[in-house]
Amino acid sequence: MTDTAPNPLRDPRDKRLPRVAGPCVLVLFGVTGDLSRKKLLPAIYDLANRGLLPPGFSLVGFARRDWDHQDFRQIAYEAVKEHARTPFREDVWDHLSEGMHFVPGEFNDPGAFDALAMAVKELDASRGTGGNYAFYMSIPPKFFSTVTEQLQRSGLADRSENSWRRVVIEKPFGHDLKSAQELNDIVHRVFPEESIFRIDHYLGKETVQNILALRFANTMFEPIWNRYHVDHVQITMAEDIGIGGRAGYYDGIGAARDVIQNHLLQLLALTAMEEPTSFSSEAVRAEKAKILSQVRLPDDLSLATARGQYAAGWQGGVKVAGYLEEEGIPQSSTTETYAAVKLEIDSRRWAGVPFYLRTGKRLSRRVTEVAMVFQKAPHQPFSQTDTEELGQNALVMRVQPDEGITVRFGSKVPGTSMEIRDVNMDFAYGESFTESSPEAYERLILDVLIGDPPLFPRQEEVELSWRILDPVEEHWASQKKVDQYKSGGYGPDSSDAMMARDGRVWRRL
Amino acid sequence: MNIDLTNTTTRRIQESLTQARHLMGGPAVGMVLTLIIVTDESAQYDAVRAATEAAREHPCRVLTVISRDARGSSSRLDAEIRMGETGPGETVLLRMYGPLAEHADSVVVPLLMPDTPVVTWWPGGRVPKAPASDPLGALAARRVTDSYAARDRLGTLARLAEVYRPGDTDFAWTRITNWRSLLAAALDQDHDRITGGEVSAEPDSPSAELLAAWLEVRLGIRVVRSSSDGPGITAVRLTTKDGDIQVSRPDGRVATLARPGQPDRQVSLQRRPMADLLAEELRRLDPDEVYQDAVTRFAKDLSAATTQQEAEAADKSAAKKAAPAKRPGSGSGSGSSK
Repeated sequence: MTDTAPNPLRDPRDKRLPRVAGPCVLVLFGVTGDLSRKKLLPAIYDLANRGLLPPGFSLVGFARRDWDHQDFRQIAYEAVKEHARTPFREDVWDHLSEGMHFVPGEFNDPGAFDALAMAVKELDASRGTGGNYAFYMSIPPKFFSTVTEQLQRSGLADRSENSWRRVVIEKPFGHDLKSAQELNDIVHRVFPEESIFRIDHYLGKETVQNILALRFANTMFEPIWNRYHVDHVQITMAEDIGIGGRAGYYDGIGAARDVIQNHLLQLLALTAMEEPTSFSSEAVRAEKAKILSQVRLPDDLSLATARGQYAAGWQGGVKVAGYLEEEGIPQSSTTETYAAVKLEIDSRRWAGVPFYLRTGKRLSRRVTEVAMVFQKAPHQPFSQTDTEELGQNALVMRVQPDEGITVRFGSKVPGTSMEIRDVNMDFAYGESFTESSPEAYERLILDVLIGDPPLFPRQEEVELSWRILDPVEEHWASQKKVDQYKSGGYGPDSSDAMMARDGRVWRRL
Repeated sequence: MNIDLTNTTTRRIQESLTQARHLMGGPAVGMVLTLIIVTDESAQYDAVRAATEAAREHPCRVLTVISRDARGSSSRLDAEIRMGETGPGETVLLRMYGPLAEHADSVVVPLLMPDTPVVTWWPGGRVPKAPASDPLGALAARRVTDSYAARDRLGTLARLAEVYRPGDTDFAWTRITNWRSLLAAALDQDHDRITGGEVSAEPDSPSAELLAAWLEVRLGIRVVRSSSDGPGITAVRLTTKDGDIQVSRPDGRVATLARPGQPDRQVSLQRRPMADLLAEELRRLDPDEVYQDAVTRFAKDLSAATTQQEAEAADKSAAKKAAPAKRPGSGSGSGSSK
């Protein structure tokens, strides 16, 4: 005899009440990894500290370590102390850590999964977690099939009437269309699509959501958000670091698969898509899928793409090795660390407006941004000499660091002569809001526990983006030579040449 | 940067603000609102500190109005500008002497940030008679009082309910957001029909009254108030046919959620510092209708209880002749339809 009516204490007018996850267990595979320590565990603590986790929330770590619960709590404690965003509070930690358990084992050991199944059942009984489990796969994709099969075999994946199962997978979602489909099939064999959450932490960032707010909550941008005003769009994600210790993962994958396939194409989708009918996950994903299916590659890929590898040099005052000299990278590697692609969108809004995507490692500085570059005025009442210094107007949405929005326009230089020069007007989202703006993972983990998927890409989007990228990868595979570019610089010359062919230039990083 | 201006004018304050901003390379132009704090010298320090902390989330210009020696015959305005040391935003302390203290709005108006919302906050016990018609309250879209700091807490809250205008809110309400969130989350799970409830708290707690009133309005039940030793609210019990759903917090720090057929669960439920409360108030600047419902209900219950007490007193004095007393026990029937 249960009450299925909506909760009377929830009132849409009552905006003070936050969304709080229901009772559940989060099972974390690969808990010893970097991501767990630096991001996931601190984010879970931050959620608890903000009162967004349910009473009795439990966290089970699973890894190949000879730990007991205490060791796990100690590791988590250190991770939280070091990386949590919100201040450390003993009370919060005590209750969170009471619910932390550890199950040691190999992914191919059925006994370990039986032990895991026992452990979560016990938590249901002792902490009232209601049989709701989320499985977070912070593990390399090659283990996905083993783990999902084990989850099924041990009965962990079977849900009863009133409980849920959710599985969280991290990018990369495959390395091409075929592998993405295979990966999807593996997970689908056990979990239905609506319970699969693909995490791309970029999409949890406030600024990414702010792109939607900027575009659809305001009126002053929409009229110019089209081919009649926009000359082209540049989407950039530059990193100042090299591949670090990720040689094993990175070589053979490269910048395009690592970054363009998910981050940059998602940013492109959010920037270019039409207004969704609502902000429900279905509506937003439908618009994103629509725009991604309208993306078209130029016919001659040798003119519309560029790639490179960083060479040895100096970056930020430090002498650094080239990509081919990094440990674990074969001399013959043709994996690119810089990739640039020109894309077009076949729609009434965007026809003829190229979208330039670029990403690279070991560039001059770290920046992620979407820049709308506007057309030049068709006629200037000012003379050529007056406006020599005037570039194209631009609207830049900075995703990181220093999240915010920059508008670039011309302004008169003080003095008697009429001289017009570019100035920047800044809205710094990060300047004063950072202290309380939640980390991307906080938002995403909460969304998983609540079961709210708008920020997670759907399989369709993953496949569409591979469809865009696969021909580029094939084209590159047929070329033997990879350009080298200077560490700490702005990328390979071929990339600048690609822009120059269209009479455009990259925004300086 | 600190600038002291004695016996000054708003024009000079404005100039100093602009100049200071130039000198500092133009920080904090992204200010989203103006916060007016109406206080006295003794409560000023804590209030400004809370505001500075809240300003990290909501960069704002803080205008602190401190009236001094209102009986003096000559008016004088002293200003202290603080910028850039404690966080984003700007803080101006305005000390007003003599008759000027009665016309604080004339000083404040020229200093408001243009075209952004204004929030007025009365920390401490100086709760205005009617926030919305107070000269400084009338400037604001959001008026924040704290009935808990007043001498007659419940009386003050009832009076605030009477003069409620959209945009009014009270810290007694803000303090219970965590409680409400926890209770709402508890009812997100399946449960039997709720037939009654009880809120235990230290005596004279406006927060407990609001929590009980809110539960009454939303659940259409009668909620009994009982007093405990505190601190603050110590327990909320919702009665269902299956058993009680109860949240108890005896120590002001850790709450235990108990529900029928399930193990007890503990969760941290801290009493919140002032900066937290203020930051929450600044987050939403639209009228809080849910607060209105709760506070109106509270005032109704209180006056019903008073009438009943009076009636009982009259009963006693009239000895045997029992007057047809008003229906006992507050308006559980009248409000439950909502």
